[in-house]
Amino acid sequence: MAAAIVEARGLHKHFGALHVLKGVDLDVAERELVFVIGPSGSGKSTLLRCLNRLEEPSAGSIMVDGINLLDPRTDINHARQRIGMVFQSFNLYPHMTALGNVTLALRKVAGKSRGEADAIGRQALERVGLGDRAGHTPGQLSGGQQQRVAIARSIALEPRVMLFDEPTSALDPELVGSVLGVMRDLRDSGMTMVVVSHEMGFARNAADRVLFMDEGVVVEQGPPAAIFENPSHDRTRAFISQIQRH
Amino acid sequence: MEALIQSFFNAEIAAAALPIVLDGLLNTILLSLLVVPLGLLGGLILALLANVRHPLVRWPLMAWVDFFRAFPPLVLLVLLFAGLPFAGLELGGFACVAIAFFLNTGAYYGEILRAGIDSVPVGQVEAARSTGLSGLQAMTYVVLPQAVRNVLPDLMSNTLEVVKLTSLGSVVAVPELLFQARQAQSVTYNPTPIVMAAVVYFLILWPLVRLLSRLENRALAARR
Ligand SMILES: Nc1ncnc2c1ncn2[C@@H]1O[C@H](COP(=O)(O)OP(=O)(O)OP(=O)(O)O)[C@@H](O)[C@H]1O
Ligand SMILES: [Mg+2]
Repeated sequence: MAAAIVEARGLHKHFGALHVLKGVDLDVAERELVFVIGPSGSGKSTLLRCLNRLEEPSAGSIMVDGINLLDPRTDINHARQRIGMVFQSFNLYPHMTALGNVTLALRKVAGKSRGEADAIGRQALERVGLGDRAGHTPGQLSGGQQQRVAIARSIALEPRVMLFDEPTSALDPELVGSVLGVMRDLRDSGMTMVVVSHEMGFARNAADRVLFMDEGVVVEQGPPAAIFENPSHDRTRAFISQIQRH
Repeated sequence: MEALIQSFFNAEIAAAALPIVLDGLLNTILLSLLVVPLGLLGGLILALLANVRHPLVRWPLMAWVDFFRAFPPLVLLVLLFAGLPFAGLELGGFACVAIAFFLNTGAYYGEILRAGIDSVPVGQVEAARSTGLSGLQAMTYVVLPQAVRNVLPDLMSNTLEVVKLTSLGSVVAVPELLFQARQAQSVTYNPTPIVMAAVVYFLILWPLVRLLSRLENRALAARR
């Protein structure tokens, strides 16, 4: 097995009295695509957000690309450049062009000159099929295009792992395919990915491993075929038959 | 009718008072160019502090803002001007106006900017932080530009009030427009210079009012 990019151990997260993560372990190998499914409120987003410390875990340890993410001495802003994140609601900066969105962190965090950043940014936009939209603002783009710009914003920083939190849930059905296509290309180029999503078709033919979460624990995990066709837990079976009916 | 024109629109007196009134206008502009940025700076500091949730920051901040919003600016100004010398500080009218406006209009600008910052979805900061921007960078490049745009009509409207309030400077002998006009009036025993000042105020503020109306209409249209 290739080296682990993400090693999370014993993650717990409390929101006040609410115990949301109850001891989650997650290893993600280099080039692996791990797909996370589970009912609403099971803690999928919280897990993902702990992996770049948008949420502070209450207990546990997280190593990403050899960096101890929870060590107070770790420069978290530096570490986050290696961890791309794509949100359900895109979260593009509406006052900037597509290229401006992609180059902001390149200039302000990675310290690139404007010229360098623009060149890298245009390349990233090309990669998501939007080379001709560099000068458009988010308001002038479709949802699918916005999400691809958001992906470009992450990949421009050359992250070691990318986290996707329901990247297609806010999209009209006819726009989902373009975003999944870009994710597929990323995966084929060897990007390590953790994807929370309900796109079972994508999981079946792109995921290396599927992880089922419920009530803050990982109930079971395995290859997509095993989890979808032959789950060993009733809760998994119930969840899968429920979403397949939709 | 003749008498009315003689006392309020006296051409001879207007000609004589013009240099004095224009001198006042210049000072009003200079004063505005001083107090508007000062107020904005004070407001920005307060709005940024409002993001600190710590009770040791939150409660004093709230008290500060409430206090200076409740305190009549004219009283504050007179208190500074007449009171500070007793504390051994001779600051002069201009400096007193600057401090009073920093405190008073800063509190107003602060509330407006805070509302603007609150109007920016939290996802914007999360996206920025996830790419490695620091909290301050996210504020500077992502949140503030959107915040200012969202409350631009309120900022403009407050700025209009601030420019009008510079006439308070006349009370502490700052030779701004109103003060100069009253000087001219007391020398000529004729209110024409005051009318001139009123016209000048209108001429400099009216374009701002128009611009504000257009911004407000645009904001309304955008909301629909
Ligand atoms: N900032 C927060 N403060 C308080 N409670 C929170 C916060 N964020 C999440 N929660 C709670 O934690 C639980 C898990 O939330 P989370 O968003 O991780 O679930 P999820 O599996 O992503 O669900 P969904 O499929 O609906 O996105 C939920 O009960 C949610 O209400
Ligand atoms: Mg979620």
